[in-house]
Amino acid sequence: MAHRITDTDGSHYAFHYKNSNHEFEASKFGIWVFLCTEILMFGGLFVGYILNSGKYPEVFEVGATFLDWKLGFLNTVILLFSSFTIALSIRNIQIGEQKKAFNNLLVTVLCGFGFMGVKGYEYSHKFHLGLLPGKFFNYTPHTAESDSHPTGEADEKPARSNASETSHVSELPKNMPMYFSFYFVMTGIHGTHVIIGMCLILWAMLRLKRGDFDPKHYTFVEGAALFWHLVDLVWIYLFPLLYLV
Amino acid sequence: MSYAAGSNYLNHEKGLWSWLTTLDHKRIGIMYMISVFTFFFIGGVFAMLMRLELFDPGPLFAAQTYNQMMTYHGAIMTFMVIIPGIPAFIGNFTLPLLIGAKDVAFPRVNLLSWYCLMVGAAISFATLFFAGVDTGWTFYTPYSIQTSGTVLMVLGAFVMGFSSILTGLNFIVTVHKLRAPGMTFFRMPLMVWALYSTAVIQVLATPVLAITLLLLAFEKMFGVGIFDPNLGGDPVMFQHFFWFYSHPAVYIMILPAMGIISELITTFSRKTIFGYRAIAFSSIGIAAVSFFVWGHHMFVSGQSSFAGIIFSFITMLVGVPTAIKTFNWVATMYRGSIQLKSPMLYALGFLFLFTIGGVTGIMLATLAADVHFHDTYFVVAHFHYVMVGGTLMAIMGGVYYWLPKMFGKMYNEFGAQLSFLFIFCGFNITFFPQFLLGSAGMPRRYHEYLPEFTSLNKISSIGAWTIGFGFLIALAVIIHCILKGEKAPQNPWGGKTLEWTHADSPPIHENFATTPVVEAGPYEYGR
Amino acid sequence: MIKKLSAFTSILFTSASAFAEYGMPQAGNNYASRVDSLYYFLLIASLISCILVIGGMIFFVFKYRRKSEFDQTPYISHNNTLEFLWSFIPFVIFMIVFVWGFLLFREAETAPKNAFEIHVYGRQWAWDFAYKSGKTTTNELVVPAGRPVKLIMTSKDVLHSFFIPALRIKQDVIPGRYTSLWFEAEKKGEYQVFCTEYCGAEHSGMLAKMKVLSNEKFEEWLSDDPMKEYEGLSLAARGEKVVSKKACTACHNFNADVNGAIAPGLKNLIGKKRNFADGSSMIADREYIRESLKYPQKKVVAAYDGKAAMPLIPLNEDEITWIIEYIKSDKD
Repeated sequence: MAHRITDTDGSHYAFHYKNSNHEFEASKFGIWVFLCTEILMFGGLFVGYILNSGKYPEVFEVGATFLDWKLGFLNTVILLFSSFTIALSIRNIQIGEQKKAFNNLLVTVLCGFGFMGVKGYEYSHKFHLGLLPGKFFNYTPHTAESDSHPTGEADEKPARSNASETSHVSELPKNMPMYFSFYFVMTGIHGTHVIIGMCLILWAMLRLKRGDFDPKHYTFVEGAALFWHLVDLVWIYLFPLLYLV
Repeated sequence: MSYAAGSNYLNHEKGLWSWLTTLDHKRIGIMYMISVFTFFFIGGVFAMLMRLELFDPGPLFAAQTYNQMMTYHGAIMTFMVIIPGIPAFIGNFTLPLLIGAKDVAFPRVNLLSWYCLMVGAAISFATLFFAGVDTGWTFYTPYSIQTSGTVLMVLGAFVMGFSSILTGLNFIVTVHKLRAPGMTFFRMPLMVWALYSTAVIQVLATPVLAITLLLLAFEKMFGVGIFDPNLGGDPVMFQHFFWFYSHPAVYIMILPAMGIISELITTFSRKTIFGYRAIAFSSIGIAAVSFFVWGHHMFVSGQSSFAGIIFSFITMLVGVPTAIKTFNWVATMYRGSIQLKSPMLYALGFLFLFTIGGVTGIMLATLAADVHFHDTYFVVAHFHYVMVGGTLMAIMGGVYYWLPKMFGKMYNEFGAQLSFLFIFCGFNITFFPQFLLGSAGMPRRYHEYLPEFTSLNKISSIGAWTIGFGFLIALAVIIHCILKGEKAPQNPWGGKTLEWTHADSPPIHENFATTPVVEAGPYEYGR
Repeated sequence: MIKKLSAFTSILFTSASAFAEYGMPQAGNNYASRVDSLYYFLLIASLISCILVIGGMIFFVFKYRRKSEFDQTPYISHNNTLEFLWSFIPFVIFMIVFVWGFLLFREAETAPKNAFEIHVYGRQWAWDFAYKSGKTTTNELVVPAGRPVKLIMTSKDVLHSFFIPALRIKQDVIPGRYTSLWFEAEKKGEYQVFCTEYCGAEHSGMLAKMKVLSNEKFEEWLSDDPMKEYEGLSLAARGEKVVSKKACTACHNFNADVNGAIAPGLKNLIGKKRNFADGSSMIADREYIRESLKYPQKKVVAAYDGKAAMPLIPLNEDEITWIIEYIKSDKD
């Protein structure tokens, strides 16, 4: 096993580094490289979105009208605020205010829950209306009107039978489900990242309580914070693309 | 920390568990070696069976069985052998040694990446117990949506992608942060430059494959309609996404091989490398340009002809740094003192085969010619000349070169040269006829073929079995070396890089007893 | 310059290629021989560079082999002139072949306005051709010599690729959109057509022939009475002819009642119990066969759920009757 070395000033570092600062620098660099990977992955999705929205502009225009931009905006505010609090917590650790740092991390996680809550509300609404990706797409304007009061009755009609009845739903452009494919895939992958980020922050809080970090050594919190900023950044692109276009 | 005499990374700790939980880059490298060799054997068996089917024009196996063998051969060889082959196996072992570091930057991540490969491989092999996969390793839609087994296979490749990303990430940070004192960028061995360029591609291109495969799995499971033309999707877009990763992936395969060749040619010519900077920059150049040539896989796919022209042009540009490297290697041998040990034989074999692979690559980059050659055996021959003739030759050369360092034992030189003879000759017998078959029009991925192609196919099959035999000899030589080899000196080849000059054979757990201080370039022969 | 090069290389190689049993197939038109000139230029350039690199390498190995353990070597770090030369000269050659290939490519891309149009459908695993006159064929493309022909292609299921080696042209055939290919065949005769995009189990069986007829013969063929070839045959024999012409036999075995790897065998089908993917079952009768021909996806035999789907094959009422008669007939 790789062993850790205790420096003269009491700090610890893995044996293959010169000192703890060296290790910190390397870790931070590694986290940045990992973020590049993430950006490229989301970049692939965005390119797919842009290509298809260029091909079927009407699908994406109509699709966006199904989303409530107010909810999207609320989520944007929540995430931006949480980015701010996590940045504050880093600052707190740097000047030794462990207690405040903990509270700020807590606020960040709560924001994460808030974000997921709003997202969950949006999802359940769409599930109910049958605005589902691809072949599960099950929406007709008719059911939308009669179901304005959620009754909990799931509409189990298979998508295929609907496709043959498209004559009633001539308002919806062809290939309408594609918009919701992108909506669910993009927000789904983003949501997964939010959950991972929340787990990281919770873990960071645990370690903070345990006293793992001091003003000079807080690699893990730094990594979690950078990851959280990335999640925020991706949302800042997702929001206008999906809700406002 | 002080070490008892005779202590090294192999006997530092004992027992299987100490290996499975090791954080030592050298041990992880050896674990990669064992897994890559195992996968290579399995992929090789599929290849032998395919050539058995193609020995005669008529069917021997059912069509679907053949297509599955073709798919597994391709998927195993790319995702499990060639991509991890040099960076994760040889690179893991050598990179810290070459730059005078005690380990890679993130040893835990390094171990995790090995487990990712294992888990991904296990998932992929699990498809064998269901209906099997017959999409070809490229998973082209919509066929991959129609046929069974795609989801599991794609999931396996997805997990293996993480292995590749994590290795690349580790190497980038290691090269930036852990070089020994005095090891400036331009004093790094060329192998390090090559691994570094490779790592950049791994980190930037693999996530695009990951998202593509994820979308493909969603397509199959939920019918999201992004790639399925029945739902308004675009199968050609899948190809764009796929090749955006898979073309740079070709350079993940060949760049580190070029790095190994630079090491082998200097050591065995006992001469400094000719044009160090040109070779170093051409690695970076190839890596950069590699992101903009993917469309040359798609000249007849239905992409716009304007795109085809642009991609053809940029592909020609890749030829230039490749030509520079090749000429510089030959120039390095000029007035050298050349010793024909097995690693050098493999390096020469590499030059021979890679040159043929390279010039046929230019033929395929030429638009009108490619329209004829595309998806024929000409392409099959071309990429085997590059991937097997190039990468595999370099792996074998690298294995023989670093075996004394890895295990502290010498291999049997006669056996190694004998295996080279079989592999090299067998290779040309197998794949040269395929150039002729391809130009005569025989399409690839054919389970049966027209009678006029029979004689060349028979020759090709015989060649394939010759290669197989050669690799069995090589396996015997390597096992014999590990078990019964003579004790190796610290520097059997007279190498100038740090692993030979400053580390024991095999190295101690921390690689170097004292951190080396570097004062000159890596190949200071004749000074 | 490209013209001169091309003329020179073709003279050199027309003689050589006459002896070659393998290599590029006999060129079917002028475009093909011009592609060959490019190919031969590439071949010569490649040969020269291989001789330089590999020859140089082998020469050095012998000339500078290690004589003693104490050999000293000179320190030659680089040489800018040389390095410039061996990047610039390949660059120039690459640019020549790029432009040359690009010019030919453009020519093969743009069809003349007056081209004779034929529709092509790829399906697993056969090619269907439809002429404007209403005539249809399967796996047999008949074209006039000396007249530009444009193929308008699409696929009924997965990706395919239409490849005529003798004309050096190829184009992927994509479901959900049209791609096209044009050529002018010059020499009369029969040419091989391959599918070159992997499309499933019987990919290698997806072959077609291209017949090049003189213009008069072609017009005659085009206006042929489609019933002529069935004259004097029993209905079952006509059915047998239809299933082979429409390439039903690429997937179905009509002479066995066991299930094949891709599709069920059809011997003695009538009166047999069929289990379907949706859990239902029925005794196969005439109506069932008819329905399966008209709506191939309606009743999928249980063992073939999720496998290659049978495409809709255009058949008229007569042909359907003949096929049923053929399935009913005693084939032992």
